[in-house]
Amino acid sequence: MSRDIAILGAGMHPWGKWGRDFTEYGMVAARDALADAGVAWTDIQYVAGGDTIRNGYPGFVAGSTFAQKLGWTGVRVSSNYAACATGAHALQQARAQILAGFCDVALVIGADTTPKGFFAPVGGGDRKADPDWLRFHLLGATNPVYFALYARRRMDVYGATAEDFAQVKVKNSRHGLHNPYARFRKENTVEDVVNSPVVADPLRLLDICATSDGAAALVVSSMEFAEKLRGSTAGLAKVKAVSTVTPRYPQTVLEMPDFATDSSAVVAPPERTYKDSIAHGAYEEAGIGPEDLDVAEVYDLSTALELDWYENIGLCGEGEAEALLRSGATAIGGRIPVNPSGGLSCFGEAIPAQAIAQVCELTWQVTGRAEGRQVEGARVGITANQGLFGHGSSVIVSI
Amino acid sequence: MTRVPAVEGWFTTDPDAPQLIGAQCPKCSTLVFPPRENVCPNPSCDSDTLEPTLLSRRGRVWSYTENHYAPPAPYVAADPFVPYAIAAVELEHEGIVVLGQVARHVSASELHVGMEMQLELDTLYTDEEHEYLVYVWAPAAPSAGSAGGAQ
Repeated sequence: MSRDIAILGAGMHPWGKWGRDFTEYGMVAARDALADAGVAWTDIQYVAGGDTIRNGYPGFVAGSTFAQKLGWTGVRVSSNYAACATGAHALQQARAQILAGFCDVALVIGADTTPKGFFAPVGGGDRKADPDWLRFHLLGATNPVYFALYARRRMDVYGATAEDFAQVKVKNSRHGLHNPYARFRKENTVEDVVNSPVVADPLRLLDICATSDGAAALVVSSMEFAEKLRGSTAGLAKVKAVSTVTPRYPQTVLEMPDFATDSSAVVAPPERTYKDSIAHGAYEEAGIGPEDLDVAEVYDLSTALELDWYENIGLCGEGEAEALLRSGATAIGGRIPVNPSGGLSCFGEAIPAQAIAQVCELTWQVTGRAEGRQVEGARVGITANQGLFGHGSSVIVSI
Repeated sequence: MTRVPAVEGWFTTDPDAPQLIGAQCPKCSTLVFPPRENVCPNPSCDSDTLEPTLLSRRGRVWSYTENHYAPPAPYVAADPFVPYAIAAVELEHEGIVVLGQVARHVSASELHVGMEMQLELDTLYTDEEHEYLVYVWAPAAPSAGSAGGAQ
């Protein structure tokens, strides 16, 4: 039995930094996705909201917040939080409802308004049992500190250079130049990157993604509903897989916001690292492999992390990402373009919207609508993402 | 001014040879840091008690960085801010990588992946009454076995 669901519509509010009510951005994305789908809000049977934890109660109950904002219809809702993987978890929630037959058509939505500067722990007071609070208090370990540990390891172990990292930014800045939803649309040079201030050595300001306001939405349905609506499902993007795997014990790669890894002294490490297992779960579900991909959207919280993802999603072997980048394979026009949207490098991160935005981009890519950044002939794409506290996500979309 | 640990029960405060305090499962022997009193992390073990245990003082650098921007509260940053190094060190016997600040007298440019480190104590911050201590990593003093052995 096919477990495909149809992506009827995709919509986004441009990313930026305005500090307005997050629901305003969400409404723009929702209305765009509904219009793209040709489905009225009053016909939506389920809303899966991606939560934002920085905007008070409405953010914690995003499903109902958006249902109310669009006008109460009695629609059923859920609200999901999985840190950076929130959007994909919301999509999985809608997909499960559709495949279980509880609903035919659903709206998946995430929006955020973010503070300036480093993300700080959410909530006040001393919380000595909360690793996210403690890592700031005891270590001053900001998010870029963790990104920098991974980057430095690439340098010392695989011979990556600051210029390699800068070339990721150069590539993504070119990709995002014509994306109307991108916040940063300026072509950067290697010199721009290597001369920007050091944030957490070896990473510099232009190596690290900003925090942004933004919103993304999808209208998804059963294949039967899609066929009834459009007369045919030909040419529609479909969700083939959603992986939301957690780590297996022992998790031996240090993960934000932890102080330590699990111990590998007694129980042997699993066959795959956690980040490898995220995409593996999606490939297994879709019954395809990395060789079948035409395009990928990966979570480049830093330039160096994009290189880690090349290996984690199987585009190349361990330690080979720099060579793959240098070959031009991951630029538009290359063998397997990565982040044709411009990635987080051009967007900055709007947490609950970002994983949905990755799926929006794949939807436009596989339906040939990614104007100014189209990967020629793209039919199959993957997203990959990792959020705090063991939240991974990977979505496979194909025509 | 009294010297107190900035977090209770994570490390011993012996000034000459401080050690991290972990926890060990009496049933399956697996180890965990930071320490906790209950629930073994091994999914194949159902022990609900863990016992405190001292962890290796030495290990090797898994990775490191130097932070150049003052973190937000609850970090108590020096004013003016002074960059500090942070290292993730794989403990000698436990197969655990532990993140810690690097001793203030050491800069990141002196570190490399695989380098041997050992645990020391440093002052995280002070207030009117207390000096708050935290564990830090520092390059290990050469031991008899590794003298002169540049890696």
